[in-house]
Amino acid sequence: MTVEGTAERKTARGGSKRTTAKKATPTKKAPQSQAGNGGRPDEAEQDQLVQLLTPEGKRVEHPDYAIDLSPEELRGLYRDMVLTRCFDAEATTLQRQGELGLWASLLGQEAAQIGSGRALRDDDYVFPTYREHGVAWCRGVDPTNLLGMFRGVNHGGWDPNSNNFHLYTIVIGSQTLHATGYAMGVQKDGADSAVIAYFGDGASSQGDVAESFTFSAVYNAPVVFFCQNNQWAISEPTEKQTRVPLYQRARGFGFPGVRVDGNDVLACLAVTKAALERARTGQGPMLIEAFTYRMGAHTTSDDPTKYRADEERLAWEAKDPILRLRTYLESEGFVDDAYLAAIDEESEALGKRVRDVVRAMPDPDTMAIFENVYADGHALVDEERAQFAAYQASFADADAIAEGN
Amino acid sequence: MAVFEKITIAKAINASLRASMEADPKVLVMGEDVGKLGGVFRVTDGLQKDFGEERVIDTPLAESGIIGTAIGLALRGYRPVAEIQFDGFVFPAYDQIVTQLAKMHARALGKVKVPVVIRIPYAGGIGAVEHHSESPEALFAHVAGLKIVSPSNSSDAYWMLQQAIAGDDPVIYFEPKRRYHDKSRLDTESIPDPLHKARITRTGSDLTLAAYGPMVKVCENVANVAAEEGKSVEVVDLRSISPIDFDTVQSSVEKTGRLVVVHEAPVFFGSGAEIAARITERCFYHLEAPVLRVGGFHAPYPPSRLEDEYLPGLDRVLDAVDRALAY
Ligand SMILES: Cc1ncc(C[n+]2csc(CCOP(=O)(O)OP(=O)(O)O)c2C)c(N)n1
Repeated sequence: MTVEGTAERKTARGGSKRTTAKKATPTKKAPQSQAGNGGRPDEAEQDQLVQLLTPEGKRVEHPDYAIDLSPEELRGLYRDMVLTRCFDAEATTLQRQGELGLWASLLGQEAAQIGSGRALRDDDYVFPTYREHGVAWCRGVDPTNLLGMFRGVNHGGWDPNSNNFHLYTIVIGSQTLHATGYAMGVQKDGADSAVIAYFGDGASSQGDVAESFTFSAVYNAPVVFFCQNNQWAISEPTEKQTRVPLYQRARGFGFPGVRVDGNDVLACLAVTKAALERARTGQGPMLIEAFTYRMGAHTTSDDPTKYRADEERLAWEAKDPILRLRTYLESEGFVDDAYLAAIDEESEALGKRVRDVVRAMPDPDTMAIFENVYADGHALVDEERAQFAAYQASFADADAIAEGN
Repeated sequence: MAVFEKITIAKAINASLRASMEADPKVLVMGEDVGKLGGVFRVTDGLQKDFGEERVIDTPLAESGIIGTAIGLALRGYRPVAEIQFDGFVFPAYDQIVTQLAKMHARALGKVKVPVVIRIPYAGGIGAVEHHSESPEALFAHVAGLKIVSPSNSSDAYWMLQQAIAGDDPVIYFEPKRRYHDKSRLDTESIPDPLHKARITRTGSDLTLAAYGPMVKVCENVANVAAEEGKSVEVVDLRSISPIDFDTVQSSVEKTGRLVVVHEAPVFFGSGAEIAARITERCFYHLEAPVLRVGGFHAPYPPSRLEDEYLPGLDRVLDAVDRALAY
């Protein structure tokens, strides 16, 4: 192998001058998708997309990812997606009303999140980025807990270990390494659970993500990398991150990658289940690229009209993950009007609860600045806390004097 | 001759990039979202349209990659101006900045130059989420080989960036993001002060306040309030954090006898510590009070609902002024 390679290199270089090399026509053209399509699937690659439910809501089979769900389970997925979308819309409204400083909407990504989230076992561990509200829902995290950091009252808001759902991570890509390390720990413990790390197509460019691929492959760590390729990283399309479809990257690191229709909740569920099972049975990491679309703005601070055409969004609305499942459920007679009405009611109740809780969410106590800076305490923090308390008390004293007390 | 009576700092920086790119075809702008979007703060608005994708480069989302390739471009004769989207996201690039960018000129015995400018919107006060409000200047100032500046008004924003780009050393240019929309005067034909010269923005005789970037305005407001109370406060806008123009601070302190240093970054091991130590060495016999510092606490930058308490504001600086005057 090495010898062959060396020989090849010699011929390629040997004697041929720059000018000649320049003139030579390339023998093989790079496939279109690699040359300029930056990871957007062309027609041939569409076929590679694992799909169990077509955009028209028709059930199809895939040789590698069979799944058989009861009507009840299917209804559950539908309910999860509807309630998650409702929660997300409520949060967006609360941001507009000034109750939240910022919101990162998951609109359009419900299938990717509910499908993968429902594939998890309770003892699996999730490392999310900042948009995984649907996965949080599947983990049983109270959705109002997700809003604290967006309101600006805390930097997290939940105990990661109570639902095996780690804190949101804003620095993109970082958590893929934490997930890998956690998975290495799971493996050392001899446990049979798995770990899943979420990240975006933009984040896939970070060095941390490449390093997590390397570590997980080398140590055969039981971790699943779940990339939600929503095709945009703020204003940058996927072409600015990669020239090959993202799922293909895994191969170079030594583990399999698969691309799934991210708007197909059944496919996301089936593929994630299979990947987790691989991880649990000692077969190492796997990369799932859920090909989906961010229907809204990046966050409430973003203005997508500056960089993308409306038509693109409209085309993706036709592939709406919730509509797709609903069409299927209706065609099979798995849901009726009464069921759908009950979910609407449940949505409204959820919306109201979220509104009420957020509006009543108190500002943190000022002294919280000094809390939990260290686990074992620190003399400097103690000193600054005392000084600041005295400083604040001086205002109270001054007020009291002014009021003549 | 263009004179803007009122122009925002963000627009002044945009004009500065434009002027630099027009003056030197080797100047490149690179970073996340700097192209079509014009950056998340619109500071690079319209540049890609006018200078093309070859000179205004939307990069992959990789900060180590941005600075590492900027170093390579600089070695090849370009003058990259890299944008880091927010202060808290510079750390994936910290390795490249500290171990490579800062040291390359020295390691090559002066034979290569790496004129990379890194623009970082920094500091708080805009109600943002975690990692969007930090003041990491001391972490860079500790490293030899880097120059660090932070303008506080439109004119400085315009001139200091061009000077940074034209210079042959790596410069970190910290943009006070909460002042982006503050308007002040800009004369694009005037002769600017040297990049590293501090400037007295309010004269006074009782006490000197030294600050840079977002805190200059706070200190000027303090001087106004103090004046109403009969106290004469001088304000020094340091403009440059590495190097620091100690001569200007020294002559001010020799006159007033008192110094309070104000910055948003945590006080512990912050730039105020360096200033206090040097001024104490230089002005020991002139000082009527110890040099005091006002800044952030030894705690992570808090959630936004607490940032008003965390950030040095009028009251906290006035309190320090009173304490210094009470000696
Ligand atoms: C290290 C780092 N650099 C920059 C940012 C600013 N930023 C926040 S989200 C984002 C785009 C991320 O896109 P992608 O990974 O595709 O995820 P998406 O938001 O589309 O879900 C950027 C640039 C960040 N959070 N962290």
